[in-house]
Amino acid sequence: MTSPILRGKVYVVGDNIDTDQIIPAQHLNLVPTIPAEYKKLGTLALSGLPAEYPPLVKKGAGISEYVIIIGGRNFGCGSSREHAPIALGAAGIRAVVAESYARIFFRNAIATGEFYPWETETSLRQVFNTGDMAEIQFDRETITHSDSRKEFPLKPLGDAKAVVEAGGLFAHARKMGMM
Amino acid sequence: MTITEKILARAAGKTGVAPGDNIWVNVDVLLTHDICGPGTIGVFQKEFGRDAKVWDRERVVIIPDHFIFTNDKKAHRNVDTLRTFVREQNLPYFYDPADDSYRGVCHVALPQEGHVRPGEVIFGTDSHTCTHGALGAFSSGIGNTDAGFIMGTGKLLIKVPHTLRFTLDGRRPDYIMGKDIILRIIGDIGFEGATYGAMEFRGAAIEALPIEERMTICNMAVEAGAKNGIIAPDQTALDYVRRRTAKPFQPEYSDPDAKALHAYRYQVSEFVPCVAKPHAPDQYAPAADLGDVKLDRAYIGSCTGGKLADFIAAATILRGRKVSIDTFLVPATREVATGLQSEKIQGQTLTDIFKQAGCLDIAPPSCAACLGGPEDTFGRTHGKEVVISTTNRNFIGRMGSKLAPIYLASPLTVAASAVAGRITDPRKFM
Ligand code: SF4
Repeated sequence: MTSPILRGKVYVVGDNIDTDQIIPAQHLNLVPTIPAEYKKLGTLALSGLPAEYPPLVKKGAGISEYVIIIGGRNFGCGSSREHAPIALGAAGIRAVVAESYARIFFRNAIATGEFYPWETETSLRQVFNTGDMAEIQFDRETITHSDSRKEFPLKPLGDAKAVVEAGGLFAHARKMGMM
Repeated sequence: MTITEKILARAAGKTGVAPGDNIWVNVDVLLTHDICGPGTIGVFQKEFGRDAKVWDRERVVIIPDHFIFTNDKKAHRNVDTLRTFVREQNLPYFYDPADDSYRGVCHVALPQEGHVRPGEVIFGTDSHTCTHGALGAFSSGIGNTDAGFIMGTGKLLIKVPHTLRFTLDGRRPDYIMGKDIILRIIGDIGFEGATYGAMEFRGAAIEALPIEERMTICNMAVEAGAKNGIIAPDQTALDYVRRRTAKPFQPEYSDPDAKALHAYRYQVSEFVPCVAKPHAPDQYAPAADLGDVKLDRAYIGSCTGGKLADFIAAATILRGRKVSIDTFLVPATREVATGLQSEKIQGQTLTDIFKQAGCLDIAPPSCAACLGGPEDTFGRTHGKEVVISTTNRNFIGRMGSKLAPIYLASPLTVAASAVAGRITDPRKFM
């Protein structure tokens, strides 16, 4: 059972964060199922963002100080590269909270079980700044801005929640006796 | 039911399905390449066992195409991983960069080699797998985990998409290409306007389009977030397929009363040559409005814009003219590359036309700089180059450098712009 509360620093990005920004194509020579290359993908997560963004993973650090990404609309648009959700998971991201997702990225996030891809009705980008603390309550499906205690509902993840919780598509299928 | 719903219903062994239904479908073809193949194989072997066999060796097609002409060691290792797997599994459809079987970009090679058949279900580990709807197949992109699951079981659980129907009426002017049509539509509905949906294209203007132009349109359905793009297979499509495969297939067609979530109608005669401005494919603008954008580089290539029809279009503009900026040409496949030598306009081969126009030497077929790739990739940007390209994505850094803005356009518009050195409406040279 996952801890009922996820607490940590948030990293805030804009609309249409595409898979080339999440993991630039020159790093697609890394194979996610090779453990050392999985780790390396984590250190490169979001390295395609424009230069004005701070790095998600500091140079030399193995993983990110942030655990939640706050995004806008159409997060993960573009390619079907599973390297993208995997890079975020390998960087230590445990949840993305965005207004909407591109279809393939959303599906890959759930299938890999790397993180919870939550959606919100309204933009939280005005509420959170990169570095702020947040808490996600799993049972109530809410996110709280730790300093101001403002709380926002997350759209229910439905069946997908159990798949991520199990650790991905295959782990879930085994748990359910489907394979 | 729509064509998409009918194909999926049959693949699920059901008499009917509706948008939103979650169904298990049997997969006819699984496509993978050198970027996602090794990870897919990794998932398959981890989950089904090191000695497991793929569900059907006739249905797995592996086409390396992304990082081929590079000195990158890991890229070579990845193709070796594919080779080992193909040998162990005794797979008949592998197009090896090391020998004559090499083809080039998977989405152009897949139909050329007869693996796309109307009415079938195709999944591929590449978002532009939606290209194959041009021949009346249901075809969609997936990740490695789903692909690993298909490798082991031949099935996938999917949600039936709603349909957005685009009817294109009228006669297409010769300065309008498939690219202008799809960029206009994406500009109208937005970058996520078709998320989860099926984009179905029809109408007199679509029926009059050659297959390669239909491919350009379906290829970019994912740029509006769609699950698939699809065109009913008419005689032109059936002829294309029958020339390339002897395998039987059963086409499907939308019922006359099939429901669509939204229906759009266009008069193509009103369309104008256009571009998508940086940094998203929905940033539509008429080419004629951007005459003050100075360019450093033109690029003709990829699964969207590197087919023979694309090079023929570019050559009609470049014949007897000179380019004024670096112009990169990358045929999508070997078949296209051969066509550049055999296809003639008024007695002159395309190859000669491009040479005399001052283009760079034609590169061997692959994805090349369409997605940037390793540092030594042909055509990759490294600085602040302003690029006009026939490819399908203009995200920040897509062609290599984060500082190099990319304008997407048809091969006619790219060729005209290469001559002028500025974004140019091709009618100026027609
Ligand atoms: S040509 Fe470009 S868009 Fe097409 S498969 Fe290759 S990288 Fe992807």
